[in-house]
Amino acid sequence: MDFLNYALMQRALLAAVLVGVTAPAIGIYLVQRRQSLMGDGIGHVAMTGVGLGFLLSASPVWTATAVSVAGALLMELIRWYGRTRGDIALAMLFYGGMSGGVLFVNLAPGGSNANLTSYLFGSLSTVSPSDVTAICLLAAFVVAVTLGLRRQLFAVSQDEEFARVTGLPVRALNLLTAVTAAVTVTVAMRVVGLLLVSALMVVPVAAAQQLGRSFAATFAIAVAIGVSVTIGGTVTSYYQDVPPGATIVLLAIAAFVALTALSAPPARRRARPAAAARPAAARPAADPAGCTIPATRGAAEEAGA
Amino acid sequence: MERQDDTVVSLRGVRAELGSRPVLRGIDLAVRRGEVVALLGANGSGKSTAVRSAIGQVPVTAGEVALFGTPLGRFRDWARVGYVPQRTTTEGGVPATVTEIVSAGRLARTRFGLFRGADRAAVREALERVGMADRAKDPVTALSGGQHQRVLIARALAVEPELLIMDEPMAGVDLASQEVLAHTLREEVGRGTAVLLVLHELGPLEPLIDRAVVLRDGCVLHDGPPPRASADIPPSSPLRSSRGYPQPGHDHVHPHDASGAAPIRTGPLS
Repeated sequence: MDFLNYALMQRALLAAVLVGVTAPAIGIYLVQRRQSLMGDGIGHVAMTGVGLGFLLSASPVWTATAVSVAGALLMELIRWYGRTRGDIALAMLFYGGMSGGVLFVNLAPGGSNANLTSYLFGSLSTVSPSDVTAICLLAAFVVAVTLGLRRQLFAVSQDEEFARVTGLPVRALNLLTAVTAAVTVTVAMRVVGLLLVSALMVVPVAAAQQLGRSFAATFAIAVAIGVSVTIGGTVTSYYQDVPPGATIVLLAIAAFVALTALSAPPARRRARPAAAARPAAARPAADPAGCTIPATRGAAEEAGA
Repeated sequence: MERQDDTVVSLRGVRAELGSRPVLRGIDLAVRRGEVVALLGANGSGKSTAVRSAIGQVPVTAGEVALFGTPLGRFRDWARVGYVPQRTTTEGGVPATVTEIVSAGRLARTRFGLFRGADRAAVREALERVGMADRAKDPVTALSGGQHQRVLIARALAVEPELLIMDEPMAGVDLASQEVLAHTLREEVGRGTAVLLVLHELGPLEPLIDRAVVLRDGCVLHDGPPPRASADIPPSSPLRSSRGYPQPGHDHVHPHDASGAAPIRTGPLS
């Protein structure tokens, strides 16, 4: 445990733990809304923010936060208004963001694409004390939103129309989700890198789904997996001198594969008694909604005859 | 004319479009306190759009919508409304238990989503009323279609509404669950809850229904007592030819109606 004596490593581990908590915490809502790749899009947009930081000699963490929050809000607005050509608009936003980042970095005095690499794939040696302060503040915001508003965010992610009829401010909550995802991207940027951020939002959640039966349990397991793989990846990269982001993501995928293999037998055990208990009811459950009306009609006809 | 404060749902001259296709072409509909109103009609007649416009989920291009006497735009008292959507949107990508789903229906009665003892008790009671209390901790993915529908109804009941709006609550529901749902609804009506529901056919809910509104091509075709099979509908009536509601060849769904001897009359259509 000699690595704990280095200030650099202490900072890196603190940042890693915060990433391990925040990325799955917001990721679970994105997965529930089937917007798993939103984090990836925000990551691309955040590159413009990093480039802007270099150009203006400001802290790239804060400029990336500002730009990715703006990008996430824009994505959410496109989702409301530009339904028909929404995917095209999003593609322009993503690749425009990436190009903007490359352009700004190269415009910056003495800047080249090499400066971007540590932001794209994560780097431990460059986590500065001021970065740690910024990451702590941003992570506190993410944790406050994802835990404090968990019931509201769950309701909106589960069934948006129903949430509106319960009087929840659905638009505000959607914007808050987008902003929180953007903030999480910049929290994770220094450790796992912008290109791999989305993996840490999605893969621990996918792994936790194999075990969890409730949303609360899935949330807790996803965060536990997130923290385990970020600490594991950070320590590995200390000894092996590999980029931490890649190690963390590969560990997360390994956790997903292992948990999927472990949970397959119980899933079969659960399914068998359920199928045996109600063979008749199993059919409507499996049917898509479009086929259910003829099925009911058929049943009523039989009953009436 | 009924007094305004007695009307829980009121649609006046409501028009709505989906895409550029007019779906509602001037609908008038009123549900009074404690009344059970069924919205009937063929597929595409606009019945789902009508209930969804009543709760602001479909933008209205003309006409007025009011809930509890308040124009929809200013209505904030959502704790008085329980909504059961068509069973399509409830399975998210992440596992969730029956209790977690039903708890979402209680949010309108909480402050900032903080649950107290009374809120947990209300969720438990809602589950008991649909006979799903023993499945409270099960993931919703393990449920049959009928059980799933009962959970959605429990979610709407958890808020203890004065008005229950249901979109095709019997679609894809097995007979056992249909009986449970009819019983739950009877209890709910006994408490004085007003109900507006979209139905494909009256089925086991028939005795509960005070009034039926039949839509066809976005217009109200009939508003009055529920039409009892073919007796009330002359062969020349457009009701008979409208696809989906009383269909020729479907009369045997209601074998208890001795309809053969009844004289032809325009009945509620006049």
